[in-house]
Amino acid sequence: MGILDIFRANRDQGTASVAKERLQILVAHDRAFRNRPSYLPKLQEEILAVIRKYVEVDMNAVSVNYEQDNDQELLELNIVLPEAGGRG
Amino acid sequence: MARIIVITSGKGGVGKTTTAAAMAMGLAQRGHRTVVIDFDVGLRNLDLIMGCERRVVYDFVNVINGEANLTQALIRDKRCDSLYVLPASQTRDKEALTKEGVGEVLEELGKGHDYIVCDSPAGIEHGATMAMYFADDAVVVTNPEVSSVRDSDRMLGILSSKSRRAEEGEEPIKEHLLLTRYAPERVDRGEMLSVGDVQEILSLNLIGVVPESKAVLNASNAGIPVVLDSESTAGQAYNDMVSRYLGEDVPMRFLEAEKKGILSRFFGG
Repeated sequence: MGILDIFRANRDQGTASVAKERLQILVAHDRAFRNRPSYLPKLQEEILAVIRKYVEVDMNAVSVNYEQDNDQELLELNIVLPEAGGRG
Repeated sequence: MARIIVITSGKGGVGKTTTAAAMAMGLAQRGHRTVVIDFDVGLRNLDLIMGCERRVVYDFVNVINGEANLTQALIRDKRCDSLYVLPASQTRDKEALTKEGVGEVLEELGKGHDYIVCDSPAGIEHGATMAMYFADDAVVVTNPEVSSVRDSDRMLGILSSKSRRAEEGEEPIKEHLLLTRYAPERVDRGEMLSVGDVQEILSLNLIGVVPESKAVLNASNAGIPVVLDSESTAGQAYNDMVSRYLGEDVPMRFLEAEKKGILSRFFGG
């Protein structure tokens, strides 16, 4: 850094930190996606079909989430039911 | 049985072939019987980097198809007796590299060599998957740049799921990170990802850092693997990489920017 650099860029304004932040998010997302079992979309579709036999729910009322920790795998199923009862 | 090392990256132009040539030459110079194979069918370049392009008669695909035997296709390096080059085919279609064919060639080469270095083509297509399929070790060549780091991570996913070792439930491929084209002064200015940043993102064992160096282009111009240019920082860094691969404890070099003279310092040259 020379004296003239003071009038140029500040080292804190470098773009490397932006690159790092973007990559960390991207890589975490890529890895989560890559480790997902391939049956997830089909599972979601079939669960939705079963539920719709009994209750009138929205197409996106079922969400299936898959997470992997070091020692456990978590399959999270979230179903949003409508407020008033079903088809009767 | 030889140890099979794949030099891979996903992204093109990051220095795979330069690294493959350096790794092979470095191992051979230390007395290990080594062969380096170009897997880039259709776009062969390893022969140029090794400086043996005019001695190519038969290639990898000829051997797989039984049109030539290994002794005919292997080119012995003129600088180092224990190094051989197996060039890629220039014209045939990529599917010529069958898993069985590649496996047989590697097995036969394994009988007479200590190390087989596989120079992978860019991308994640057939040639790249063939280059990594039989590997025991992988050197993932990465530039401190977003697309290269991302592609390296994708390649890590493929190494851990699509290789022979993964499919047969063996101990996984040993993965190493090699950072190339590193410019410490740009890292200091906050313009470039640091070694630490890349390591943190990929969480991979670091086998070396090769600084950006004019010597790399000079070496490829002349067909001399840059590892032989022991005057250059890149040559020294590659030599360190080979030593580390062989288990030596060599400290990382060239991570700091060179100190500038007082004048250029004052005027920010």
